Amino acid sequence: MKIGLFIPCYVNAVYPEVGVATYKLLDYLGLDVDYPLEQTCCGQPMANAGFEDKAIHLAEQFDHIFDAYDYVVGPSASCVAFVREHHPDLLKKEGHVCRTSSKTYDICEFLHDIVKVDKLPGRFPHKVSVHNSCHGVRELHLSSASELNIPPFSKVKDLLSLMEGIELFEPAYVDECCGFGGMFSVEEPSVSVCMGQDKLRNHIQTGAEYITGADSSCLMHMQGVAKRENLPIKFIHVTQILASGL
Amino acid sequence: MSTKHTKAADLFIENKEQQVWHNKTLHFVRDKRDKMAMQLPEWEVLRETAHKIKMHTITHLDHYLDLFSTRAEANGIQVHWAKDAEEHNQIVYEILQSHKVRKLVKSKSMLAEECHLNPYLIDKGINVVESDLGERILQLLNEPPSHIVMPAIHLKRQEVGKLFEEKLHTEKDNSDPTYLTRAARAHLREEFLTADAAMTGANFGVAETGDIVVCTNEGNADMGTALPPLHIVTMGMEKVIPNLQSLSVFIRLLARSATGQPVTAYTSHYRKPREGCEMHLVIVDNGRSEALSNEDHIQTLKCIRCGACMNTCPVYRRSGGYSYTYFIPGPIGINLGMLHAPKEYYDNLSACSLCYSCNNVCPVKIDLADQIYKWRQNLDSFGKADPMKKVMSEGMKFMFERPALFRTGLKMAPIVNHMPRPLIYNGLNDWGKGRELPQFASESFAALWKKGKVSAANQKRSNHEQ
Ligand code: SF4
Repeated sequence: MKIGLFIPCYVNAVYPEVGVATYKLLDYLGLDVDYPLEQTCCGQPMANAGFEDKAIHLAEQFDHIFDAYDYVVGPSASCVAFVREHHPDLLKKEGHVCRTSSKTYDICEFLHDIVKVDKLPGRFPHKVSVHNSCHGVRELHLSSASELNIPPFSKVKDLLSLMEGIELFEPAYVDECCGFGGMFSVEEPSVSVCMGQDKLRNHIQTGAEYITGADSSCLMHMQGVAKRENLPIKFIHVTQILASGL
Repeated sequence: MSTKHTKAADLFIENKEQQVWHNKTLHFVRDKRDKMAMQLPEWEVLRETAHKIKMHTITHLDHYLDLFSTRAEANGIQVHWAKDAEEHNQIVYEILQSHKVRKLVKSKSMLAEECHLNPYLIDKGINVVESDLGERILQLLNEPPSHIVMPAIHLKRQEVGKLFEEKLHTEKDNSDPTYLTRAARAHLREEFLTADAAMTGANFGVAETGDIVVCTNEGNADMGTALPPLHIVTMGMEKVIPNLQSLSVFIRLLARSATGQPVTAYTSHYRKPREGCEMHLVIVDNGRSEALSNEDHIQTLKCIRCGACMNTCPVYRRSGGYSYTYFIPGPIGINLGMLHAPKEYYDNLSACSLCYSCNNVCPVKIDLADQIYKWRQNLDSFGKADPMKKVMSEGMKFMFERPALFRTGLKMAPIVNHMPRPLIYNGLNDWGKGRELPQFASESFAALWKKGKVSAANQKRSNHEQ
């Protein structure tokens, strides 16, 4: 099984360690992992801001670069959701059938649904609050959305539970938006920061030492608020916890 | 980079105490809705069914409107058709005039609000009295509603107490809710007894029977229509549904979604005029038939105005109903405003982080967030895109389409980490308001990969294991 590693632009620049952890996990599981160097960005930042036309060529680029792989796997639920939900429509405008969107996975759903990982080495003896990101929950269905009357589940918590010693928590208003929202964060900074502060308070109230999640973008936003306000909480991506024993 | 919504939200948030209270109050309503929704195992089936019934009805609207109006007429109701707000107001006024009406009691109607009916009638000398408590409070304050179901939700009881003290001469500093409600009731009773006509909106029009169904919690619609000899109903043409069986689906969803009640206190069916009285029904288009032919936005016509999308919206809760420029706020208001007059109401499009919670609470499954996303794509085509956002998007496009340039960018990025603070956190940096910037890594993932450091990380592990 050949895996194309999709490292979204900001993970590449700000959180390379999340990319490394993702690689480690996939490699540990015996998969053939490659990182095509020509990749850049999925186009979500422009599209959510209202400039989908500027994302079309990037979607083409993406489809071309990852076409050769059996699966495309990335550590960012929101970017994966964009590829899955929007790339086919973008490419349709160019008369191009999208070949990669249906085989593109967030690392958590890939480990949970495709590889069906049921054990991982390592201990993580810490209190961790799980951040259920909007696109992870409501687009990729990494966990059951709080609005819906469906049986509760959480793929992220299932995976994290494989680590010995970990104590998992979830904040009040379990999947309320943290206020990042891409360009929203700078167009509506007051509301965005206010949402971030509220979200952080709810995470901190669980008594956790760490906030973890499948979306580094939410973590980046909350980290920015926490740092400004000197709040006592650390941030770590799910893959970093899962790979901590490798 | 800011819209009218951004600026209004800034002001709302500045009053931290009010913001926190507003957020909590509305979230409490969402919690009540959740509790109700979770008690019905068939909740998601109900939503899906409601969606299908509405889609079916609005795509066969000519048939159902024909049936509905024929039945209503056969029942003795006089039916009028209004193509827009102006025609609606004229029709209502003519009916009132022909009955020499001086005082009209009204129950809550978002359509009347949409048509600006009150100022129109007041201008013509008619005394219009809102009979829904929240609406009456706002009328006394001369303010518009800030929420479609709980129009005065932004007001605290102390503020209402002060207002009543002044207008209804209640006791000084008494803001006990029961006391205030009793005072309002006594005052409204007088208005009910002396009204010449009543007006209601319509939650549903049942095609099969010609019934007009009105849901209220205060019984004010019933009180209003029970006394005077004239009842006018104003109804958007998308409110028609096929039959009583489909009504049962919506009734189960409406109050649960709106306020977390199993059902509203009153669900009134109006089928025909009372003995010796007249009943008129005004069916309004006002842009709805245009929405019907708009594939991307047709789903807004499914809306049953429950307000659940507002209560769940993290932006609405923290910026308040008045931060939006359209009279309906929140996710549905953003969309309805755009359908109504995009060049006038595009400012509200910024009020969305695309969290998709609204899609999930909506009892008729309107794709609210997807539609906001689509509207944003159109802004540029009519010259209303934010220039700064455009430049940023163009810049990103330029860089991301050039992988080598992107990798150079990655290499240069860490320089930002070492730039002097005032240069980064200046007035131009909207991120810097309340947040620190992320630190760029000294080596990007791409650089690590190229140097073989990523696989080396695992090499170490294998060596270690050997
Ligand atoms: S869009 Fe849906 S949730 Fe919002 S008011 Fe209408 S029916 Fe209710």
